[in-house]
Amino acid sequence: MTDWPILSTVTFLPLVGALLLLFTREEGAHGRRNILNISLFTTVITFIVSLFIWIGFDNSNPGFQMIEKHAWLGTGISYHLGVDGISMLFVILTTFLMPFCVLASWDSVGKRLKQYMIAFLLLEVVMTGVFVALDVVLFYVFFEATLIPMFVIIGVWGGKDRVYASYKFFLYTLAGSVLMMLAIMAMYWQAGTTDITELLKFGFPAGMQTWLWLACFAAFSVKMPMWPVHTWLPDAHVQAPTAGSVILAGVMLKLGGYGMIRLSLQMFPLASEYFAPMVFALSVIAIIYTSLVAMMQEDIKKLIAYSSVAHMGYVTMGIFAANTQGLQGAIFQMLSHGIVSGALFLCVGVVYDRLHTRDIAAYGGLVNNMPKYAVAFMVFTMANVGLPGTSGFIGEFLTIIGVFRVNTWVALFAATGVILSASYALWLYRRVIFGALDKESLKAMLDLSGREKLILYPLVVLTIFFGVYPAPVFDATAASVDLVVNNYSAALAAAKNLALNVH
Amino acid sequence: MIYKAIVFLPLIGFLIAGLFGRSIGAKASEYVTSGLMLIAAVLSWIVFFNVAISHGEAGEVIKVPVLRWIQSGGIDVEWAFRIDTLTAIMFVVVNSVSTLVHIYSIGYMHHDPHRPRFFAYLSLFTFAMLMLITSDNLAQMFFGWEGVGLASYLLIGFWYKKPSASAAAMKAFIVNRVGDFGFILGISGLFVLFGSINFETIFAAAANYLPHEGAADASQAVINIFGMQLDKAHALTVVCLLLFMGAMGKSAQFLLHTWLPDAMEGPTPVSALIHAATMVTAGVFLVARMSPIFELSPDALLFVTIIGAITAFFAATVGLVQNDIKRVIAYSTCSQLGYMFVALGVGAYGSAIFHLFTHAFFKALLFLCAGSVIHAVDGEQDMRYMGGLRPHIKITFAMMLIGTFAITGVGIPFTPIGFAGFFSKDVIIEATYASHSAASGFAFTLLVIAAMFTSFYSWRLIFLTFFGKPRASHEVMHHVHESPSVMLIPLYVLAVGAVLAGVVFEGMFYGEEYAEFWKGALFTSEHNELLHEFHHVPVWVALSPFIAMVIGFVTAWYFYIKSPETPKRLAASQAGLYQFLLNKWYFDELYDFLFVRSAKALGRFLWKKGDVAVIDNYGPNGVAARVVDVTNRVVKLQSGYLYHYAFAMLLGIAALVTWMMLGSSM
Repeated sequence: MTDWPILSTVTFLPLVGALLLLFTREEGAHGRRNILNISLFTTVITFIVSLFIWIGFDNSNPGFQMIEKHAWLGTGISYHLGVDGISMLFVILTTFLMPFCVLASWDSVGKRLKQYMIAFLLLEVVMTGVFVALDVVLFYVFFEATLIPMFVIIGVWGGKDRVYASYKFFLYTLAGSVLMMLAIMAMYWQAGTTDITELLKFGFPAGMQTWLWLACFAAFSVKMPMWPVHTWLPDAHVQAPTAGSVILAGVMLKLGGYGMIRLSLQMFPLASEYFAPMVFALSVIAIIYTSLVAMMQEDIKKLIAYSSVAHMGYVTMGIFAANTQGLQGAIFQMLSHGIVSGALFLCVGVVYDRLHTRDIAAYGGLVNNMPKYAVAFMVFTMANVGLPGTSGFIGEFLTIIGVFRVNTWVALFAATGVILSASYALWLYRRVIFGALDKESLKAMLDLSGREKLILYPLVVLTIFFGVYPAPVFDATAASVDLVVNNYSAALAAAKNLALNVH
Repeated sequence: MIYKAIVFLPLIGFLIAGLFGRSIGAKASEYVTSGLMLIAAVLSWIVFFNVAISHGEAGEVIKVPVLRWIQSGGIDVEWAFRIDTLTAIMFVVVNSVSTLVHIYSIGYMHHDPHRPRFFAYLSLFTFAMLMLITSDNLAQMFFGWEGVGLASYLLIGFWYKKPSASAAAMKAFIVNRVGDFGFILGISGLFVLFGSINFETIFAAAANYLPHEGAADASQAVINIFGMQLDKAHALTVVCLLLFMGAMGKSAQFLLHTWLPDAMEGPTPVSALIHAATMVTAGVFLVARMSPIFELSPDALLFVTIIGAITAFFAATVGLVQNDIKRVIAYSTCSQLGYMFVALGVGAYGSAIFHLFTHAFFKALLFLCAGSVIHAVDGEQDMRYMGGLRPHIKITFAMMLIGTFAITGVGIPFTPIGFAGFFSKDVIIEATYASHSAASGFAFTLLVIAAMFTSFYSWRLIFLTFFGKPRASHEVMHHVHESPSVMLIPLYVLAVGAVLAGVVFEGMFYGEEYAEFWKGALFTSEHNELLHEFHHVPVWVALSPFIAMVIGFVTAWYFYIKSPETPKRLAASQAGLYQFLLNKWYFDELYDFLFVRSAKALGRFLWKKGDVAVIDNYGPNGVAARVVDVTNRVVKLQSGYLYHYAFAMLLGIAALVTWMMLGSSM
């Protein structure tokens, strides 16, 4: 097992499924069934194989593990993969969510099912690639490549305004990434390598860090998304098919957060410290502003999309607090949000499949004939609110503590999110679930089907499990996070000493 | 083992009734949850005798680890139980009342189709409350804190078809979250000051935390909170105030009280359990548990005293005029919680917990009696449509009378003869007078007035409900019936508590056996001599609550028995004041205007103006529009006429030549 290139296997396994799909005929119920089975099988196998990464992972090793390195392009750029405590769980999250996406698309995707599934499998390849890449060029290629399948998924299988939404999504993220490409070129010229492990040790000059940091921040802040470059997200979510939203919220937003930890914080510590107040300000604005906006939404998916932006505010705040609690809280918040927001979009998908509207006003009183759905939705709503005992609490709690150590004002404003999230989430729940069942169109709605239970119940269990026993996550991340925090403070201390010596 | 059993039995009950309630049926759910609660309650009393009423060392604490929870740097938190006298008392209160309410609900809810869900929620609540009181760190306490909030939300909104119930549930949760906002910041602050959020570490460090007066580092700034450079003493004050904000939310103190009366939308047993006896006292518990910290900050304690006194007075004034039987009791709860906070604020922690203990019995009794009354008159809650019920429901009347005696503090001054409230309330009032707090006189005055009001509204409730002519419709009066024994037996048990809890336990909670009983679970600094001083208050002070009680009773009797026209005339002549009180000092309207509407308006503004009109308009859409503009212009250049192109070429050549000439000349 030791020499087996497990990261490559996990990354490219979905490609095998995609190839198989290419040779499958779509026509007829039989063909449809084949496509679904192949996709489900591929994603499940990928997930199971990816679990071996976790099993084989050495928690006490803070550095990169399971390294694969091959020369590539003959230019110093190499095919270099590896995981550490920060990236490993994101790989698992990605492979974990994919089977749910396939299941969620079981009946709801009518046309071009084959191409749809191929797009998703390709998306899985490139998303996993981002987390395991240890070469900035490779990282960049994967990072950018995620755009294309997603652009197609929204643009082809989306809702009414899908074209506008997909272009908005594409242009926003592209604009950010162009700057990151420039940064990567600059880094190569300066350091003479694109190897992330080398770059982490390199130590860029302070003046240059500022520019590199800004360029990378442009890419990552759009992806997160942070205020004020967040407006693509609600549109993209609203138009995307359910599975698209799950991946968008569950994994793609985390690419930004992961990039911030890996590149911004670790490679440019001086600039990170310099810009931290700005990030705090943007994060706090995101939390308060988007929570307020979320409260007034009339579309369920838009509301959840805005709440995602608010939750990502905790993540950025935690990352740039740059202490153990902040960073671990941010990582945990991203993982938890991956499960919870994914689950919330799946919940929306359940009722959307029945009624084909996302208008909050069209619903009400669903608890009367969908009690099981109401319970699942309640659990995810509470996780979204950050109730202790659900996974949503731990990230929020740790990031607030982490940032309190750095700046109490930021913590004060961020903590108002505790009130605001309860307001919009419970108000949504009340309008959709509670009340008498008056509307004629709702009376025939059935409770969760077997397939929907299969989708939602595991997520309910995980949401509560990680709320009560998050230790596996902390065990895996602790060593690497400590390393990041120590390196960060060491870099700051060194810079300070240098400044003292000069004067 | 016994501790784990106590805490987890209700959880098992919740899981069984919640997951399998449909398949095992309502009867089975009721018996399973109630049975498990009964076992937990019996075990709680055993623990109470083993831990509290035993000869142990001071500072003795039992720690029961359960599971790892959050480990992140200095945050090292486990799921664990901390058992000391304070926990043992809360065990008894929570589990006894919860068991009785479970049993009572079998009768009260027997028409409801959703009984498994109801019992599951009740057990869930009990579990969360037990996690709160057994917590050995602030994170677990916050878990219980939010858990009871969730259960309260679910139970208030239990009848989800009623829009008012859903609204009240939401309001309760969100107002509580306002308190939690402070709580979570307080926890963060404690972590920064002490490097831990475990009680053991914090309490150990707190003892020597403050530098001695005159020490070199006495006024050295240790932390910057919200722009203020604070030394250790002031930092503690800020942290205490933040924690107290959480307590204000949960215990419905003045300014954050608005959710409690609305919470009466829930079924009456819920009001008895959650909104009277247990959950709302969590704030009192929090301050008592954190007494090693609060005791170090006189400023924070002063604030606690003032808020408590205002609440006691304010809620009592509103209670005077309410017509809904449950709302009267709800305001009375609010007011009694104010008493407890005053006791905490003046440093008489033991007397606060004593009042919490007695109050749990008589207030649960009053609520369950009210439930019995409501049950009898077919769901009517408005006292204006009751009256004359005494002959029809004699047992309920008798029980309610006991509850009223207990809450108004009936007893013979200077003798150990009296109902529970007579002891606990009088101790608080005397301790307040004797304390050295700056707000001592203020609080004492308000508490005595509140005692008078308490007596008035309690008797008003009795007179309006049970005496006079029946005002309910003939049909309702025809059906008035006494409740079944499954509802009456819990009343008897609580009545015993309401009679005896005071006289039996006074010595332990706040008397001669204080140290022996508490074993250091409540911290008092060496300057705190209140325990001895409050015995030496002047006679008129000791008599004042008794006199206030008598005045309240006589006035109520005059208003509602002797001359029932008087209150109407008074209301008419003092219309402004009457409306002010009836509308609860207009707090709901004020908050609706200040927070709800403005938040909604702001949200809409940020969405329509911020996101759509500014960011999108100048961002992606603007860029797209500019691109379209430019291309349109470029398109126009392509006119197709040869001389246009020739002219452009000429211009270009001219420009190029000029540039080359200028370039070379420089």
